Amino acid sequence: MRLAAASNEAYTASVAVSELLGCKQCGAGRGQDEELGIRIPRPLGHGPSRFIPEKEILQVGSEDTQMHALFADSFAALGRLDNITLVMVFHPQYLESFLKTQHYLLQMDGPLPLHHRHYIGIMAAARHQCSYLVNLHVNDFLHVGGDPKWLNGLENAPQKLQNLGELNKVLAHRPWLITKEHIERLLKAEEHSWSLAELVHAVVLLTHYHSLASFTFGCGISPEIHCDGGHTFRPPSVSNYCICDITNGNHNVDEMQVNSAGNISVSDSFFEVEALMEKMRQLQECRDEEEASQEEMASRFEMEKRESMFVFSSDDDEATPARDVSRHFEDTSYGYKDFSRHGMHVPTFRVQDYCWEDHGYSLVNRLYPDVGQLIDEKFHIAYNLTYNTMAMHKDVDTSMLRRAIWNYIHCMFGIRYDDYDYGEINQLLDRSFKVYIKTVVCTPEKVTKRMYDSFWRQFKHSEKVHVNLLLIEARMQAELLYALRAITRYMT
Amino acid sequence: MEKMSRVTTALGSSALTGRTMHCHLDAPANAISVCRDAAQVVVAGRSIFKIFAIEEEQFVEKLNLRVGRKPSLNLSCADVVWHQMDENLLATAATNGVVVTWNLGRPSRNKQDQLFTEHKRTVNKVCFHPTEAHVLLSGSQDGFMKCFDLRRKDSVSTFSGQSESVRDVQFSIRDYFTFASTFENGNVQLWDIRRPDRCERMFTAHNGPVFCCDWHPEDRGWLATGGRDKMVKVWDMTTHRAKEMHCVQTIASVARVKWRPECRHHLATCSMMVDHNIYVWDVRRPFVPAAMFEEHRDVTTGIAWRHPHDPSFLLSGSKDSTLCQHLFRDASQPVERANPEGLCYGLFGDLAFAAKESLVAAESGRKPYTGDRRHPIFFKRKLDPAEPFSGLASSALSVFEIEPGGGSMSWFVDTAERYALTGRPLAELCDHNAKVARELGRNQVAQTWTMLRIIYCSPGLVPSANLNHSVGKGSSCGLPLMNSFNLKDMASGLGSETRLDRSKGDTRSDTVLLDSSATLITNEDNEETEGSDVPTDYLLGDVEGEEDELYPLDPEHVHPEEPEYVLPQEAFPLRHEIVDTPSGPEHLQDKADSPHVSGSEADAASLAPVDSSFSLLSISHALYDSRLPPDFFSVLVCDMLHFYAEQGDVQMAVSVLIVLGERVRKDIDEQTQEHWYTSYIDLLQRFRLWNVSNQVVKLSTSQAVSCLNQASTTLHVNCSHCKRPMSSRGWVCDRCHRCASMCAVCHHVVKGLFVWCQGCSHGGHLQHIMKWLEGSSHCPAGCGHLCEYS
Repeated sequence: MRLAAASNEAYTASVAVSELLGCKQCGAGRGQDEELGIRIPRPLGHGPSRFIPEKEILQVGSEDTQMHALFADSFAALGRLDNITLVMVFHPQYLESFLKTQHYLLQMDGPLPLHHRHYIGIMAAARHQCSYLVNLHVNDFLHVGGDPKWLNGLENAPQKLQNLGELNKVLAHRPWLITKEHIERLLKAEEHSWSLAELVHAVVLLTHYHSLASFTFGCGISPEIHCDGGHTFRPPSVSNYCICDITNGNHNVDEMQVNSAGNISVSDSFFEVEALMEKMRQLQECRDEEEASQEEMASRFEMEKRESMFVFSSDDDEATPARDVSRHFEDTSYGYKDFSRHGMHVPTFRVQDYCWEDHGYSLVNRLYPDVGQLIDEKFHIAYNLTYNTMAMHKDVDTSMLRRAIWNYIHCMFGIRYDDYDYGEINQLLDRSFKVYIKTVVCTPEKVTKRMYDSFWRQFKHSEKVHVNLLLIEARMQAELLYALRAITRYMT
Repeated sequence: MEKMSRVTTALGSSALTGRTMHCHLDAPANAISVCRDAAQVVVAGRSIFKIFAIEEEQFVEKLNLRVGRKPSLNLSCADVVWHQMDENLLATAATNGVVVTWNLGRPSRNKQDQLFTEHKRTVNKVCFHPTEAHVLLSGSQDGFMKCFDLRRKDSVSTFSGQSESVRDVQFSIRDYFTFASTFENGNVQLWDIRRPDRCERMFTAHNGPVFCCDWHPEDRGWLATGGRDKMVKVWDMTTHRAKEMHCVQTIASVARVKWRPECRHHLATCSMMVDHNIYVWDVRRPFVPAAMFEEHRDVTTGIAWRHPHDPSFLLSGSKDSTLCQHLFRDASQPVERANPEGLCYGLFGDLAFAAKESLVAAESGRKPYTGDRRHPIFFKRKLDPAEPFSGLASSALSVFEIEPGGGSMSWFVDTAERYALTGRPLAELCDHNAKVARELGRNQVAQTWTMLRIIYCSPGLVPSANLNHSVGKGSSCGLPLMNSFNLKDMASGLGSETRLDRSKGDTRSDTVLLDSSATLITNEDNEETEGSDVPTDYLLGDVEGEEDELYPLDPEHVHPEEPEYVLPQEAFPLRHEIVDTPSGPEHLQDKADSPHVSGSEADAASLAPVDSSFSLLSISHALYDSRLPPDFFSVLVCDMLHFYAEQGDVQMAVSVLIVLGERVRKDIDEQTQEHWYTSYIDLLQRFRLWNVSNQVVKLSTSQAVSCLNQASTTLHVNCSHCKRPMSSRGWVCDRCHRCASMCAVCHHVVKGLFVWCQGCSHGGHLQHIMKWLEGSSHCPAGCGHLCEYS
């Protein structure tokens, strides 16, 4: 079944930019093409996201002027209107900042050559077996003149990029383990050494693509049409189907797990929103009277940290990643390990001692000018984005909820805010939501539609996408903080 | 207590003593504050909260305020302040949002006095009122500032920063009711403590968070602010609008700023990231810090002047877990290390030159050549003596101007435009370039090209059979070479080159060079004059199959000789006219320089000129010897390139480098090549030869050079209707929603190259317009203008 949005997109991807400006006649144009005997790629999925019904998603052509400008920008920058953009356009303000940052990272002045940037993107996405991003960037990589041999695996890439593999691995799964020795190894590797500026560029790219992989899985982004239909730019070695379909094909298993993990009956879900709002009200009111002791606060953080490992839905045996993506990284067994599970004590990261606004920003901006500003803006927008709505309610102050989500993610990475009461998280985030957050952030490849559906049932899809934006930005910041702190330590 | 009072009295007689010293703390410090008696300092951090007594030789730990069984977040301090009226009163801001006050007068071990838990987020700053005993102000991440009266349990008033995080709050020292607050979004607000409903004034001070501010201790309205944008700004708040008085650009985000006591224009700053030093700036001289303290090994987190009336003692705490006392007289002064000399060329060859005045004075007294002979000093300016540090680092500026008309560089432009660098066989390129050079009267260059052609192309062109030919045949082979120059051309060419060189000799150093070489030159005149003889000599003696032995010697001998041979040309152009030798002497000399030259000057001088055909023959013989591959000459060619580059003709060096490509590239080290390329490109751009410079960039093989034209390739265009910049796409305007540039011929939007008539401003696709104007001279838009396309 071919549906409007997807076919629009396919069409716009294959015609000149000018057509985008007046694409009202897309439908007609497509018919003509078929008569001419041109093979038209047919989308396999149903719209840009497998989780969100297509009718919920904005149709290309019905956007307002702001969104239209965004689409045009996106198309101009990337040469395509990808599904990520189509889903993110739920939040145009964020999308604008996102596209600007991504464009700057990939195409504007920077210390790394263009094909290196895409290759690093591939490396990062491959860590999460995100074939969607891998496929996109394989195309881009070849397009900017990258050596196709590199795509056969990291061991075929230059030594310099191979050295980055270790950092990529640690950063993706256990960023708290990054030490200045990691940085030193990269910077002092004879002729293969990185410069500080290059390293910061690479780190920003890695974190960007780790979190973007989270978004891709978290919102169930469908494979791009040209990735299915076999694109001419692609090397024959890249398979014609997407791993997203394979790895998530075994829905039955996952569904079982979710059911056992957090089964809420439909009638409950109706009161979910009311209950949540009530809790927020209560917290708001009783905050002043009830003062937890310091030890209590500390133990709440530890508890939340510890507990975050039990919310994990799936068991530990990792599904072996499909072959063609896994060849971009080695050591497939290295995955997210919970912060506090293995008895190894890692000191808690205090945000008051090293935070993005004061420290991270300055470092990034010093070594890779302007990017600090762009990322700062993006964090800011993501953190402060609100429409003051919750499901069917209007004029709600959601700052408490957003902060809880943000801090919960940082908590999973061992980052602690002195001025936050981690008891709030338990009040506000229910189990199925925590399962979803944890999965998206730590092992995005395991996200299923069931998980997506089972949290916040009454909430709109746009709000769930909003949650995803918070997740990816919080994750990116957490990874950046660890990496930048290591770089700072190396420098002092 | 006894000691304290002693110091206090000592201060009365204004004699604070001490030395530069430091002590180790157990943990990183976040902030420090000094007691008003200037004898104690409090250090606060995440896991440290101690009072130290400052003694003559060392810091002595006096009190540890971190008592209690287990660590509490209330003790994790982000900031600390000591009351300037009451030596027993302290306040700290905790990272968990609690404001704590401490009373050192309490008899128990725990000095904690009051606890205010009103802020929801980290409190960034606390500040006591400078004169009022009980008023405390706090600024927090949650966007609120609260004013506490220590006699009450809660805050007296709350000031809202509209949910922007507050980074610093400071009571004005002079105005009783005023305080300033700085925000994460770059704003600074001025509040009246009596009016919590809205701020008195607000302005944007910085781009990004403003981390700190400090009121001037004497000047009522002066407020210094420091931000993440690496700037320190001084604002005058007395006027209606806050006016920026001074701006200091530092190298890292500014974490703290403190005015220096008793020095009206001095302030101390430290940074939050990357940079560990403390700087003291004179705001009137914002480029070089007046003093610099480099003791810390990690970022400095707190600075405080020890006494409000003593400018020489600065205390600092750092993340490297040390507490330091710095003495101003021990500070390093970057200005001493600054290089007060500078040199710059103007577009038209003018030269500006700044040097220490003492140097200039001494030299001009010693040696009159500073322009008397050729290039007058146009003016000489002394810097304003009223400026600070005038004694330390001031320079005199001299500007030299070239003689009018003497600096024509038209040969350079012509050469650059007409040279062919690629796209044809090497031989053709060389011939072409030789022709160009000859037409411009630069015979030496022309000869070089010709020789290059011979070196790198001839063996292929001339069958090896020719090698053993008789005299007649040999000379016929050499004939084209001989024709390639004649003496008259050469003489005029030399004249012009001399002029050029003079124009280049503007710099004093050049003058020196010329001067010194002049003496050399006179010595070498003989050799130069009899240049033609020398090869003869050599040929007569050694021609019998001994080239093998002779040539290896060449490089050493050629190298010293070539410059000698050229310099005279420039300094004494007339010499060559005197010498009436058959054509070809220079050629001979370049090609077959004799190893005997230097040794046999005297002999050579006595020898008579010999038959030219003879010498020609010998050249061809040497050249066409099959045992000499082009590689053999590469050392020679490299020397030649170096010579040209050194002489200032980097154009020649680069052109040859490009034309010969791989043949010589490997013999010249990368850096030198890069240097030549960049110099040449720089020159080309000064002459606005954009196309040529771009071609050179493109043809260069050096990585660093070829990436030059990959930077900033964006072209910004404005809409032709609304005149605003078109941000997203180059052909449609977001604001007026019109396509900006329509082709007058096909009436479609032009998305690529747009060419337009400057007379009537109609235009369109380059191809279309070209085509149109072939057939018609009128504007395609029908406006009646007679367009010209060139």
